[in-house]
Amino acid sequence: MNIIDDIILHSPALIVAIPLLGAFLTPLISKINDKVRNVFVISIVLFTSAIVLLLANDIYSACGKIHTYVFGGTAAITEGGFAVRILFEVDGLNIFMAIITTILAISGVIYSWAFMKENTGLDKYYTLYLLMIAGMFGMILTGDMFNFFVFLEITSIASCALIAFWTSKGKAVDAGFKYIVISAIGALFILFAIAILYGQYNALNMAVLASNIQFSFLDKIALVILISGLAMKAGIVPMHMWLPDAYGRAPASVTLILVGVTQASLYGALRMIFTVYGGKLTTTINQIGDVNIDLNLLLGIFIVGLALVTIFIGVLMALKENNFKRMIAFAAVAEIGYIILAIGAALTTVFSATDPRTGIMALKGGIFHILNDALDIGLLFLVAGAIYYATKETSLNRLGGLARNMKYTTIFFLIGLLAVSGMPPMNGFASKLMIYESTYQVNPILSIIAILCSILLLAVFVKVFHSAFLGPKLPKFDNVKEVPKSMLLAMGIIACIIIFIGLFPDLVVNNIVQPAVNALTNNSNYINNVIGGI
Amino acid sequence: MSGMSRIVKTITNVAFPFVMIYGLYVIAHGHLTPGGGFQGGAVVASGLAMILVAYGSIWVVGKVKEKHLSVLESLGAIGFISLAFFGILLVYLYSSFEGTFFSNFLIGQDTIPIFNEIGKGLANINTAGIIPLMNFAVGLKVIAGLFVIVLVMAYSTRIKEGK
Repeated sequence: MNIIDDIILHSPALIVAIPLLGAFLTPLISKINDKVRNVFVISIVLFTSAIVLLLANDIYSACGKIHTYVFGGTAAITEGGFAVRILFEVDGLNIFMAIITTILAISGVIYSWAFMKENTGLDKYYTLYLLMIAGMFGMILTGDMFNFFVFLEITSIASCALIAFWTSKGKAVDAGFKYIVISAIGALFILFAIAILYGQYNALNMAVLASNIQFSFLDKIALVILISGLAMKAGIVPMHMWLPDAYGRAPASVTLILVGVTQASLYGALRMIFTVYGGKLTTTINQIGDVNIDLNLLLGIFIVGLALVTIFIGVLMALKENNFKRMIAFAAVAEIGYIILAIGAALTTVFSATDPRTGIMALKGGIFHILNDALDIGLLFLVAGAIYYATKETSLNRLGGLARNMKYTTIFFLIGLLAVSGMPPMNGFASKLMIYESTYQVNPILSIIAILCSILLLAVFVKVFHSAFLGPKLPKFDNVKEVPKSMLLAMGIIACIIIFIGLFPDLVVNNIVQPAVNALTNNSNYINNVIGGI
Repeated sequence: MSGMSRIVKTITNVAFPFVMIYGLYVIAHGHLTPGGGFQGGAVVASGLAMILVAYGSIWVVGKVKEKHLSVLESLGAIGFISLAFFGILLVYLYSSFEGTFFSNFLIGQDTIPIFNEIGKGLANINTAGIIPLMNFAVGLKVIAGLFVIVLVMAYSTRIKEGK
C-alpha cells in the first residue's frame, strides 16, 4: 500500500485534523518569528488543499462514488446494529463544498499576510482562522448530526472572535456580539431538532436517520426547526440582521471565510432537506379537492417566498447603503436569495413523475451559484478590504478617483462587479442564466423578479464603481499606493477562477456540479453506503 | 485584585490540596467513573481560582505567567490530536494493525505491556487504552484554559481600580 492510497483512505479525517493540529501549533510556532508562522499557516492550508484535491479526484473517478470514513473503527455499524460510531461520508455535494472552502481558505490566508500585518495578537488570529477553516471542513464533510452541531459551534465561536478582532473599533465588538447571539440561538434550534430525531430513532447518523424516518408529527416540527436554525446561520431575510454588521465590521480576510461559513450552513439545510428527509419529500400533507399537496410542493413554495423576500430586501438595502462593506454584505444577502430561489423552484418540480428536468436544471443552477456566489462576493470583499487598507476609508461619500492610483484593484473590482451582477463573460452569468431558465418554467414571475433584481444589483455596483474609482483625483488620496503584492495575488487567484468558470461553464457544470446534483436527488445511494451491509 | 485576610488564606491552604487531589482523581478515572478530562480540569481550575481569590491576582501573576499557561493549553490540544494521529501512523509500525483516526491502538496488544489490561476487575486503571491519555490531554487544556481566563479577567480589574 503506497502512501497516496493511505492518504486518500484517511483523507476525510485528515482534511479536518490537519488544520486543527495547525491551529494548536500556531501559538507555539509564532514564538519563533512572524515569517515562519506565515509560512507554516500557508503550508498547512496548502497541504489540506492537496488532500482535498486527491479526495476529489478519487470521488469523481467513478460515478456516484461515496467515500465513507469511520472514526476509531472499520465498520459504520457495530455488532447488534447500533450506529454509534461517528463517520464522515463524502459524496459529490460534500466534495463540491470542500473545493469552495479550499479556494477561499488559500486566498484568505495569502491575503491576511499583508492585510493584518500591522495588528497585534496575530498568533491568536491565525489560530482562530485555522480553527474556523477546520470547523467549516467538518461541517461540510460530516455524516453525523451531532458532529455537525459540534463543528457548527466551533465555527461560530471562532468566527465571533474574529469578527470582533478589531476591538479598538467599538462597533466590531457590537457586531461580534450580535453574531454570537444569533448563531447561538440558531445552533440551539438545531440541537433541539437533533434531540427530537434522536429521541425517536436512537440514531444520530444521517444515513441511518434517513432510512428510518417516519415523518411523524415530531419529525415535522424537527424539519421546521432545522430549516429555521440553518436559515438563521445562512442569513435568509427575516434573520439577516446580523449579516451586514458582521460582514461589514470584520477584517476583509475574515469576511471571505464568513461567506464560506454561510454557504456551509446552506449546505446543511440542503443535506437535511434532500438527504435526511429525502425519502419523505413526496408525502402528501393535505388534500384540496382532488389535488394532493405534497411536502416538496409546500416546502418549495415556502422557500421560494423566502427567497423572493431575501432578494428584494438585499438589493433594496444595498441601493441605499453608502458604506462600502455593508453594501457588499447586502448584495451577499441577495445572492443567497438567488441560491435558495433555485432550490425552492427545484423542490417544487424535481420529484414530479412526468418532467423532472426543470427541477434538475434549477438544482444545477442553485448548486453552481453557491460556488459563483462565494467567489464573486469574496472577491468584492477583498477589494473593499484593499481600499480600506490603502485609504482607511469605508464610506463611499468620501472615496473617489482611486483608479488612478490602484489600477489592479480597479480591474479586480470590475471583474467582481460583472460577475456578481450576472454579466455575460463572467461566471455569475452562467449560473444565473440556469436559474432564470428553470424558474421561468416554474413560474415566469419568479424569473422576472430575479432578472430585475439582478439589474438593480448591476446599478448598485456601477454606482460604487463610479463613486470610488472614477472621477477626478482627490488631493487627500495623493499618496495612496497600490496594495502589497500578496493581497493582489489573493485577489488574482479568485479573479482567475472567476474568468475560467465564466469561459468554460460547461466544464464545471458537467464535472463538478452534476455529481453534487446527483447526490442530492438520489439519497438511497447515500443511505446504502452506510447500512448496505444489513 | 489584592489578597484577602489571613483567615481566608489559611483555609485556602488547607482546602487546596484536597481540591487538587479530587480534580486529578476525576481526570485519571474518567473512563471508569462519571467525569473525565473536562470535569476534572474544571475542578482543578476552580481550586486555582480559589488561590487567585485568596492571594490576589498580583501575587499570582508574579508566580505564573499568562504566556506559559497558553503554551500549556496548546500542548494539551496538540497531545489530544497527536494521540488521534497515532491511530493512523501506527499502521506503519505494526503491519497487522488496522488503524483509523482516533482508533484505540493501545487496547488488545502486547507490544507496550503497561497499557494492557492488568488484572481482571473492571475498575483497574489501565483498561481503556488511550482514553485515559486523552483525558489527561483534555484535562491539561481545560486547567490551563480556564485558569488563564480567570487570571486575565482578575488581573485586568486593576485597571478599573486605578492602580
